[in-house]
Amino acid sequence: MSVAESDKTLRNEPKITPELVAEHGLKPDEYQRILDLIGREPTLTELGIFSAMWNEHCSYKSSKVHLRGLPTEAPWVIQGPGENAGVIDIGDGLAVVFKMESHNHPSYIEPYQGATTGVGGILRDVFTMGARPIACLNAISFGDPKHPKTRHLVSGVVAGIGGYGNSFGVPTVGGQTRFHTRYNGNNLVNAMAVGLARTDSIFYAAASGVGMPIVYLGSKTGRDGIHGASMASAEFGEDSDEKRPTVQVGDPFAEKLLLEACLEIMQKDCVIAIQDMGAAGLTCSAVEMGAKGDLGVTLDLEKVPTREAGMSGYEMMLSESQERMLMVLKPEKEKEAEDIFRKWGLDFAIVGETTPTKRFLIRHNGEMLADLPIKELGDEAPVYNRPFVETPKQPVIDAKDVKHPLPVADALLKLIGTPDLCSKRWVWEQYDHIIGGNTVQRPGGDAAVVRVEEGPKGLAMTTDVTPRYCEADPFEGGKQAVAEAYRNICAVGGLPLAITDNLNFGNPERPEIMGQFVGCVRGIGAACKALDFPVVSGNVSLYNETNGRAILPTPTIGGVGVLDDFTKSMSLGFKNDGDAILLIGEKPSWLGQSIYLRDVCGREEGAPPPVELELEKRHGEFVRKLILDGQVTAAHDLSDGGLAVAIAEMAMAGSRGATLDAAPAGADAHGYWFGEDQARYVVTVKPEQVKAVVEAAQVAGVAIAQIGTVGGDTVAIAGEKPLAVSDLSQRFEAWLPEYMAGTNS
Amino acid sequence: MKSAVLVFPGINRERDMARTLKLVSGVEPAMVWHADTELPAGTDLVVVPGGFSYGDYLRCGAIAARAPIMDAVRAHAAKGGLVLGVCNGFQILCESGLLPGVLMRNSKLKFICHDVHLRVERSDTPFTRGYNAGQVIRVPVAHGEGNYVADDETIKAIESEGRVIFRYCAADGTLGDPYNVNGAINAIAGIVNEGGNVAGMMPHPENHVESIIGSTDGRGLFAGLVAQFGKAA
Repeated sequence: MSVAESDKTLRNEPKITPELVAEHGLKPDEYQRILDLIGREPTLTELGIFSAMWNEHCSYKSSKVHLRGLPTEAPWVIQGPGENAGVIDIGDGLAVVFKMESHNHPSYIEPYQGATTGVGGILRDVFTMGARPIACLNAISFGDPKHPKTRHLVSGVVAGIGGYGNSFGVPTVGGQTRFHTRYNGNNLVNAMAVGLARTDSIFYAAASGVGMPIVYLGSKTGRDGIHGASMASAEFGEDSDEKRPTVQVGDPFAEKLLLEACLEIMQKDCVIAIQDMGAAGLTCSAVEMGAKGDLGVTLDLEKVPTREAGMSGYEMMLSESQERMLMVLKPEKEKEAEDIFRKWGLDFAIVGETTPTKRFLIRHNGEMLADLPIKELGDEAPVYNRPFVETPKQPVIDAKDVKHPLPVADALLKLIGTPDLCSKRWVWEQYDHIIGGNTVQRPGGDAAVVRVEEGPKGLAMTTDVTPRYCEADPFEGGKQAVAEAYRNICAVGGLPLAITDNLNFGNPERPEIMGQFVGCVRGIGAACKALDFPVVSGNVSLYNETNGRAILPTPTIGGVGVLDDFTKSMSLGFKNDGDAILLIGEKPSWLGQSIYLRDVCGREEGAPPPVELELEKRHGEFVRKLILDGQVTAAHDLSDGGLAVAIAEMAMAGSRGATLDAAPAGADAHGYWFGEDQARYVVTVKPEQVKAVVEAAQVAGVAIAQIGTVGGDTVAIAGEKPLAVSDLSQRFEAWLPEYMAGTNS
Repeated sequence: MKSAVLVFPGINRERDMARTLKLVSGVEPAMVWHADTELPAGTDLVVVPGGFSYGDYLRCGAIAARAPIMDAVRAHAAKGGLVLGVCNGFQILCESGLLPGVLMRNSKLKFICHDVHLRVERSDTPFTRGYNAGQVIRVPVAHGEGNYVADDETIKAIESEGRVIFRYCAADGTLGDPYNVNGAINAIAGIVNEGGNVAGMMPHPENHVESIIGSTDGRGLFAGLVAQFGKAA
């Protein structure tokens, strides 16, 4: 059908008014762009399609120009950003497929369902590419614990993440949980999924071949989530609760069936192209399949399985009902594929076909609802190079100028029981983290380690970011997020391979927010480049603001590394009395933006610790080699809370104490014990190996010093009150369960 | 030992169970689809694995208990054949009438995943002969509804007939509320039927069979079953 012919059958009812355009989240100049592109007034369905394709969430219109600068290549990268998920080669014919994505806005409106569908969406991204998910991680950020909504949000989000992953059957092995007033009206839920595939059977979205059947699979389409992606592309006001109908409902059972059915038909070689229906549902998935394959797509909506009668074409195109897929099948395999889907009790319907026209045609009961150029829907989306201002530099705080309210031991005991540093056991014990029988290192350590199939390889995985650093200095904060992911993987013996980034920021139309974004992305890029740690997938979540107050800039980094022999992975707990405790890296003193300065001194200020990427690489490689050579008995990276907190964590994990030398003469003791200088690790070594390890460090140009010895049942710093490990553990474990029970605040 | 692992839609620990059966018995188990009506000929042991059959949107295990394959499982059990249900499998066996009682929501109303200690109450069943009576083993739980409940008369019968095979306990084997992770009556973690040939338990012995992944404490259960069928397996 030619454009002219289809125009005749397009019905412009209702008339597109400026109000209707605004309701679709399109700016007047963006609407003009649509008029210029198609040369006529769009139909309502077409307007809906444009709003779905051109919102921030789907088009990356504010972030695109900056994301282009990120390093995305390495010899082991099979697929970088732009597909459902990134793919890396780990050898032996195996590929790891992974991505992280936010579900922030829905999780604030309806925490349980918002979190479940976040997990469901990211799992679909991974198995769409032919990978069986083997691990999930997450990073969740909540408001001030004293805020009346916080407890409810924590409870709902954690139950939702668990509710989906546990039922679907993937272990949730790691994550971060933090609290800060700046997330009061806008909590964050970043979910990451990691899957395993064979390098020779990765599946992509690009359709190929004309006249190929387009098949709809999975759950039925309902009226849920209409305009979900547009909702996620706007700020919140007082009325955010009224947006509840835009949140979808997750069905992990349907997703589990979809997983098994998809993997089965992929194995039977039935699939040409596959795309999951995530944000903007049928619209986005169909356009991507066609556009990536240089083909047109025609859909006949009366064939779409629906949950209720009387759904309009407009609603079907914008529904975000979960657990749905679109596929192009090999025509000769259609019957075989259908039988597999019927076996799993899933809907299977041929809803359209590929065409040579590069047009996106939508018909419903014979009526033409849309006729749009398919490539331009994605390619011609607006791109903004928004104005930005650089975040002003903060003054460097000298530890010696800080007034210390508590002795070191008392400060340590206090810190270990604070919301950010306390044990998150209450959270991860609600997640099945052992299903699969491959979890080598469970949650609570530096990085989780999961065995790959029958071994000997293992994967090390972590999620990291320190938002207060990003706020104070976006460039250093961006670098630090990547460096910490790198360190956490090295600390378990893994070789860091690639990252996924989940960039959560406020309103990009404000130059200072855009400045945070640009600075963080540049920092991430610099670190990825220096550490050979490319970005292979990611997601941008902007407009995380309520009533004009933005979240802390939170570019969460999900890192993946590999161990050639999973049995060599290292844990952080002290193992043997008498082992020497060695500090790798420079002696600390940096208190600016430290947890100590914030939670003990009540000062949230200063420049964050600078990240020297060359040192990160050298120290990380050194620690990894020590671990793989069997020279250390425990290893831990230093981050929030500095040296004292790291030692306490190692003592609690190993249920044994340590005696520690006093801070070096001339150093500020609090700066030494709580400074958050980067590129540092603590390792323990058998006494007879100390000499060899110290010599190896000197040869490698790595600063190293023995700072104490493992043993006893207290953490005893010379000149300080010894702290019983049991008291530390009691405080460490107490805060979160007591908070959730409402008994401590 | 020839074993059959049942697969219902939504079951998700069937792969863990199959791998463990293969590891300990040396024989790959048959995976049996819920819509089938017969077990493979010569099946020694039927295992109903863990997961969320049919999403567990209704009462846990209630739909699976009515699947076509369950008639064959009931017939197998009636002939004295061995049946083991773990987690959702335990719930399914209770719902299908093969075991008494029911699994309610955990007393603290949350899903729990962590290692627990179990006291092996007797070693003269096919499921526990790999252990000594009184032995304490450490295995993980991962469930939201594992709180075993039955009426007084049933509990009395189960206890007087010595049909409790595992109880939640402390590392030294003592019983007490802090160790009873889901609030089960009498800290019951696993039971057998009157014939002693059908067992159900909430914890996951199949996830603790390798020292590098947790521990090997779950191995005794499977090793005992293999021994039951002798080397000919």
